[in-house]
Amino acid sequence: MSDEKTLDLLEAKIQELRELNKVDGLDLSAEISKLEKKLAQMRTELYANLADWERVRIARNTKRPYALDYIGAIFPGFYELHGDRMCGDDRALLTGFAELDGRKVAIIAQQKGRDPAENKERYFGMARPQGYRKATRMMHLAERFRFPIISLIDTPGAYPGLESEEKNIGGAIAASILSMLEIEVPTIAVIIGEGGSGGAVAIGAADRVLMLENGIFSVISPEGAAAILWKSKERVKEAAASLKLTAPELLDMGVIDEVIPEPLGGAHKDIVQTASALKQGLIHHLDELSEKTIDEIMAARYERYRDVGRYSTLSD
Amino acid sequence: MPIFKDKQYFRVKLDKEADESLWLQCKSCGELVFKRRVRENNNICPNCGEYFFLTAKERIESLIDEGSFEDVSRPIIADDPLGFQDEKAYPQRLEEAQQKTGLPSAIILASASISQMPSVIGVMEFQFIGGSMGSVMGEQICHGMEEAIRRHCAFILVSSSGGARIQEGIFALLQMVKTTAVRARLARERLPFISVMTYPTTGGVLASIASLGDIIIAEKGAMIGFAGRRVIKETIAEELPKNFQTDAFALEHGIIDRVVKREDLRSELTSVLKFFQEEKKR
Repeated sequence: MSDEKTLDLLEAKIQELRELNKVDGLDLSAEISKLEKKLAQMRTELYANLADWERVRIARNTKRPYALDYIGAIFPGFYELHGDRMCGDDRALLTGFAELDGRKVAIIAQQKGRDPAENKERYFGMARPQGYRKATRMMHLAERFRFPIISLIDTPGAYPGLESEEKNIGGAIAASILSMLEIEVPTIAVIIGEGGSGGAVAIGAADRVLMLENGIFSVISPEGAAAILWKSKERVKEAAASLKLTAPELLDMGVIDEVIPEPLGGAHKDIVQTASALKQGLIHHLDELSEKTIDEIMAARYERYRDVGRYSTLSD
Repeated sequence: MPIFKDKQYFRVKLDKEADESLWLQCKSCGELVFKRRVRENNNICPNCGEYFFLTAKERIESLIDEGSFEDVSRPIIADDPLGFQDEKAYPQRLEEAQQKTGLPSAIILASASISQMPSVIGVMEFQFIGGSMGSVMGEQICHGMEEAIRRHCAFILVSSSGGARIQEGIFALLQMVKTTAVRARLARERLPFISVMTYPTTGGVLASIASLGDIIIAEKGAMIGFAGRRVIKETIAEELPKNFQTDAFALEHGIIDRVVKREDLRSELTSVLKFFQEEKKR
């Protein structure tokens, strides 16, 4: 079966033919249209039944739109606030004010880097304690002024390293979850790419949890699970399938509320279309939440998370 | 329906089991020591002072007043929500863990008194799939905190866990949120939550409930860390200090409040409970 690289190659070839068509006045339109049809067919086949591992690869595709791309497309006038008020400005986790369809909101977003230099600055989207403390600060600021919170999740996980441990990453994540649960404003979380474990859940304990179609959300990376349970890094595909980490599977299990559709091939194929679908989803859920009183929202939030889990009840 | 028909949830009792062997060799000093003497000595080697691994039952026994133990856990056992199969099927792993530990899950939840002061206490069993937190542990911890609210007493959680239970996937991850949600209720009732971190307190347990204690006490020799050494080394080739993720490291960096020797843990809990109790009466 063809993979995405083959498709990209074919797409590039078609583009070349189009150029040739223009320059030399040759009539290649029949060939081009034939190849275009072939490409569409191959793409449909490839993406119709994506295996979990394929989705992991799309979620991590370096061409995929990142948080700032969606912020630029959906939230005009994003006004970033940098300070965690303690020790640093984590560039992997951004916070700020913005507007969504004319409504004021607070944004908490995880941001990956596009190139090596940016990734050095953004730690490949892995936030450190200062990032989660900045998020916590933003939650309380938003609550004080009654701005709903929208968090965009895209991280392989919290940054694992000496600095993180020294600054109490465990405590910072725990505090972020606690704040997310306690703040008395509507909260919506969207997994736009990778929802990696505690680093994702720290800003994901929301009233509504949405996922882009090719996002993933998991307790551990497929690589981590393969290393621990299969004792082999090669078994990532099995690990990915076992973890049931894709948006459709998580929707089936009742863990998330909505899957935001992506164009065939992934969000990067058409960011305008993806951003527009995401915007509609956000407005829809914010509208629904806005109709409720804050007491109703807090009660529903508590119930949602108090009851999460699957076990069997037996009699004594 | 429970996944194993022959599996029963059962109430945990602290009956002393007959030991087949009389002697134990200390891994640290190599000395052959009387098992009974080790037990009486809080599972500390009488020869060299090395800590032997404590089971959850032994741990709780070492902390509470004799005869005060009452299992208050909910009668629940794990499901296999993902149909998880690695080299073993998850139900098989569960069954083996139950046989190995004699426990229905990776946590004991009891109402017990410590120096005559009532408390609800949860103790994780590391030998039950690494003390990992799945749906059952998350529910028992929440139930424990709610029981503490009903009884108007303190909640104590002794952690010994490798983190979230991979085999329960997203449901395990979300136990971090679940336990945090109920922890917030306990705080609103102004009832103390004492988190005791032992070897090891890591991953999702550290990044949620264990880090949310009003007071956090680490047992001497505890290992406290979010990411494992292996993950850190693979992600970034970083030189790690000798004391990395030890009790001393956690104390130095303000992650915990105190480091306590195993033999002093009970008296330490007594002091803390007493302080909170006197505070309550005012």
